[in-house]
Amino acid sequence: MRDPIKVADIARPSRQLIRIENEDLMPLPAPLDDANREPTWKDLTEETREKFEASLDNTLLLNIPRPRSQTEERELVRTFLAGLQKLFSRENNWPFLQPLLLSMEHCARCQTCSQGCHIYEASGRQEIYRPTYRSEVLRRIYYKYLRPGGKFSGRWAHGEIDLNWTTVARLAELSYRCNLCRRCAQACPIGCDNGLIAREIRKLFSQELGWHTNELHDNGAMLQLRVGSSTGMNPEVVRDNVDFIDEEASAITGLTIKTPWDKAGADILLMHNAGEILSWPENPAAYAAIFEAAGLSWTLSSEALAYDSINYGVFYDDAMLAKVVIRHAAAARKLGVRKIVFGECGHAHKALAVIADRVLTGDLNIPRESSLPLLRDIVLGGRIRFDPSRNDFPVTLHDPCNVVRLMGIVEPQRQILRALAPRFREMTPHGVDNYCCGGGSGFAIHSGHNFQDWRMKISGRMKLKQILGAFRDEDMTPGAFKYVCAPCSNCKGQMRDLLKYYGLTDGHGIHYGGLAELIVNAMADVTPGYLTAWAQ
Amino acid sequence: MALFLYLAPLTCLALFVLVVGVRVVRIASLPVHLRWELYPVAHEKGAGHGGSYFEQVDWWAKPRAVTRLGELKEMLGEMLLLKALYHHNRALWTCSFPFHFGLYTLAAFGGLLGLGALAQLGGLAVTAGGGNLGQILYFLPIPAGFLGLALALIGATGLLRRRLTDPSLRDYTTASDVFNLLCFLVTFGVVLAAALTDPTFTLFRDFLTSLLTFSAAPAGTALVWLAVLMATLLLAYIPMTHMAHFFTKWFTWHSVRWDDEPNLPGSRIEAQVKKALQYPVSWSAPHIQGDGRKTWVDVATEEIK
Repeated sequence: MRDPIKVADIARPSRQLIRIENEDLMPLPAPLDDANREPTWKDLTEETREKFEASLDNTLLLNIPRPRSQTEERELVRTFLAGLQKLFSRENNWPFLQPLLLSMEHCARCQTCSQGCHIYEASGRQEIYRPTYRSEVLRRIYYKYLRPGGKFSGRWAHGEIDLNWTTVARLAELSYRCNLCRRCAQACPIGCDNGLIAREIRKLFSQELGWHTNELHDNGAMLQLRVGSSTGMNPEVVRDNVDFIDEEASAITGLTIKTPWDKAGADILLMHNAGEILSWPENPAAYAAIFEAAGLSWTLSSEALAYDSINYGVFYDDAMLAKVVIRHAAAARKLGVRKIVFGECGHAHKALAVIADRVLTGDLNIPRESSLPLLRDIVLGGRIRFDPSRNDFPVTLHDPCNVVRLMGIVEPQRQILRALAPRFREMTPHGVDNYCCGGGSGFAIHSGHNFQDWRMKISGRMKLKQILGAFRDEDMTPGAFKYVCAPCSNCKGQMRDLLKYYGLTDGHGIHYGGLAELIVNAMADVTPGYLTAWAQ
Repeated sequence: MALFLYLAPLTCLALFVLVVGVRVVRIASLPVHLRWELYPVAHEKGAGHGGSYFEQVDWWAKPRAVTRLGELKEMLGEMLLLKALYHHNRALWTCSFPFHFGLYTLAAFGGLLGLGALAQLGGLAVTAGGGNLGQILYFLPIPAGFLGLALALIGATGLLRRRLTDPSLRDYTTASDVFNLLCFLVTFGVVLAAALTDPTFTLFRDFLTSLLTFSAAPAGTALVWLAVLMATLLLAYIPMTHMAHFFTKWFTWHSVRWDDEPNLPGSRIEAQVKKALQYPVSWSAPHIQGDGRKTWVDVATEEIK
């Protein structure tokens, strides 16, 4: 039996603080109950280990270069402490100071949150993935090194910790072993939020040391700000791509679909996650088909950023969050639309509707809402004829955390599925108690080194168990079509990778997709077979 | 001696009020924060399924259906019964619930004793043979005191045992956690010992009466004085620790978890946000380059090269 990892162990240099083996993982139900079906872990290469700080666990996300000298190590530790100080200052962290302080000062360390965490549970209860572990590391550092008399009172009230380069590097990496789904916070009897603390740690490293993942920052938010979209599409390219999607959609549906662009004074500015346009064109096509059939006044914008609703700042950086939401709102103001409506992207919902609500003021504070209630009203309102028998296959619903637990949009998507999917069944648990898909907080766009193994085996494992549970009484042969409805781009990316990694689409007929596609698949005036036509 | 016996508990009570007040003002005066709510939000009409006003099209144009009663119900359930702990950590709840409920009962007991002392000062006979109110104030503290002490002692013992033996708690248990629980055990042990010598709590009440009048000869026995002194010391100590969650929980739930107040044009929140956006930034990362003069507005609006 291994020695249990302690909080203070994070400071003790070693090759790898923990190593997870397949045998440690939470068991899966049939057809994945055979241990031989669990893919092997890819190890980090020695070259990677020499180049980057990789001593936390089996994988690596941040790519922090190893310091070349002890002087450099000390300087980085000093910068970290300076950042920590700023994290607790009114001016530098007004956006989250009150929630952060409340969580830092009042956690009873009762571990009630642990069983709520899918990563902790799926990993075989690895101590470092406990929601309190990383918070406790930060708390001990804060009380020992930043509070008056911390050398004694910090130890007395919060326990021992040493702050050195190993602590800093591991803490940074550990902040990216949380999906920020905040299911742990839901369980806390005091109201402390370890998900928030994980994000605050990421933020400290990003805003002070400039440490963030390339996927989120350089190739994500910064690319979006420079070019217009994190996909790299500039306004001309996006219009070309959507024109092409319109042509395809028209051919597939038998309808005439023409996406309106830059229509000044339109009722709705629809914002998609631009990843949909490249990876799941059937989704924006479905929105166009539905909105046109319902006779809505709507438009897309070709203004930079306005055709890509992503806002990766939500996951790691308040400054980046604010930069993007302001540009989103400014584009809507320029067009003079009545409201912004988000397509199926969970974090875009959370960013623009919830968090940005206290960033946008004056004429930038344009009304913003989710498309899900609008779709519900269209489906139930009788403006479009439907034939639900076209969706006569098993359907289950994944609840994107950002839309459901963190925004309270629970029923509209269910009302649609109850009306249009006769064999709809819930996952267990669901709604605000759902589990994250495992791709949350931007993980779905990360696969560098061997991170895909971690994302599939650990962060996605609970969702996999839920999906298999939802279809447990169904025909699991490849030809028996089953559908996981995931109304969120990030979640769909995770579903795509999960189903492929475990061979569940080719081997067992489990497919995934969005909600709008399922609606169009049931539209009576559309040529049958919308879902399968795009795959072909 | 009499002066010490009066001043010590009064100082502790004053300290309790002061520390709670300072912490409340400190938390309440922190700047507006970005929204970070977590559903279900108890005052929302759709709280039953975890829903929000975002479930409606054009939500901003519709009247907000808010139920403060729903919020109060949820908060009371959480405070009195520790609902979240019951649902998510039943083993801990079996210790924590009696402990907390015992504390609430003891708070009620203390309040009843105080009322009894005030009543005595007003000339009311707080005795077994007094009038209706006198009898209530005489008899009610007896079950409240013993029940509260029993529950709190049982709960604190269970919590201490868990802290010391549960492998998942051990590494997260600090010297102060153990000290705090021992403080409860020792204090309530002394109060219980005093109560056994004064099972109707008459001496306790009489001491409170003499404390209110600063009479030259304090009523009660040395054991009663010690019990009151230790109880008030403990009371003063609690808000100085993380156990302040008994009142800060109101902020974690009401001001963060359930704070879904929209920022409507011209609202109080909009004014607070405008003020916060003018705060200077000194974050050093290359994409911010805060120099202490640049504001959040500058950071958010500057061009990216």
